[in-house]
Amino acid sequence: MSEERLTVGIAGASGYTGGELLRLLLGHPQVEVTQVTANRSVGKFVHQVHPHLRGRSALRFIDSGSLEPCDVLFLALPHGEAQTQIERYAGLAGRIIDLSADFRLSDPERYAAAYGQAHLAPDWLPRFVYGLPEINREALRGARYASGVGCNATATTLAMRAAVLAGYLKADQPIISDVKVGSSEAGNSPSESSHHPARSGVVRPFSLVGHRHESEVKQAFAADGPFDIRLSVTSVEMVRGAAAAVHVTLPAGLDDRDIWKAYRSAWSGEPFVRIVHDKVSLHRHPEPRLLAGTNHADVGWDYDPATGRAVLLCALDNLGKGASGTAVQCLNLMCGFEETTALTFGGMYP
Amino acid sequence: MAAESVTCPECGAELSFPAKVMIGEIVPCLECGVELEVTGIDPLAVDLAPMEMEDWGE
Repeated sequence: MSEERLTVGIAGASGYTGGELLRLLLGHPQVEVTQVTANRSVGKFVHQVHPHLRGRSALRFIDSGSLEPCDVLFLALPHGEAQTQIERYAGLAGRIIDLSADFRLSDPERYAAAYGQAHLAPDWLPRFVYGLPEINREALRGARYASGVGCNATATTLAMRAAVLAGYLKADQPIISDVKVGSSEAGNSPSESSHHPARSGVVRPFSLVGHRHESEVKQAFAADGPFDIRLSVTSVEMVRGAAAAVHVTLPAGLDDRDIWKAYRSAWSGEPFVRIVHDKVSLHRHPEPRLLAGTNHADVGWDYDPATGRAVLLCALDNLGKGASGTAVQCLNLMCGFEETTALTFGGMYP
Repeated sequence: MAAESVTCPECGAELSFPAKVMIGEIVPCLECGVELEVTGIDPLAVDLAPMEMEDWGE
């Protein structure tokens, strides 16, 4: 006896987020990946590009023009490409999850300001639900179109969320998110900056002001206040991972137990967000290395009651919770599956 | 054997302890990891146990 599974296609499956999607979806009992596109790798088996998938799939890459209708289509294309053909993709699949930045911002003007050019399919922007279940779960249930999330934006949003919900943050204070990121954030196209002798061992600030993900975080909290959110992003010696440290000042008179209460209120019942704030131990704050391959986001804080200064923390796998894991979580919500399906890997240590 | 609950004085977590804990026993908090010393049995009471802290290079 077998339950009929939904057919899934992945456009742009040769990149790192596409490979992570494949890894997760090949273990999903309610879907079958039937086609994967990669214009640079047409004819190759998926394990020739994603070697860890050897023996798990006999699929071969096809060109994007050969896509056939399917139930769900994931778009894992370079930023800017999905919007050029969204009408065509919508004609192929009733449900679309786009991992790029193309449909994350609902306002065309906000998009143009962040990405430096007018959106090519502005009518489609309001049709997409921003795909972060921790802030948009009900809107994602049964939705037809969901955007992906930015990894640095997600780390910042989740780091801030408990403090925002508790009313701790004020709109008139700068909120500085210092994000350390791994090399896989830059994608799988080699460049001068990713060349091993230039990349290995770096602590390289690369976007200290004006990061594009600031708009995404501001949109996520638009209903809570016009927060002045700024991202400063630094590449560090890590392949997978993003770690946000958000510097804020909290209201006077709080103690650590108040903050514990705020975090428990924000996150109890969330399947993938864990509070990490240990009094002792080596791993007393969130760390991305422990989360590689998982869909978890660990959140925590450090707080000085004498000054009110606090640092709000979040660590995640940029390819997992910061991209493909969250996309599969969206799939589960959109299709009425158990939300954690195919996402239960708990990580490795050491 | 019935379990008793107690509030962690560090983080406010509601913790369940087995009924057979003894006075002086050290039990870590499941949520914040702080070490708690059992200071009373009936009713169950705990306090923060003295801990040796790392200085992390400070």
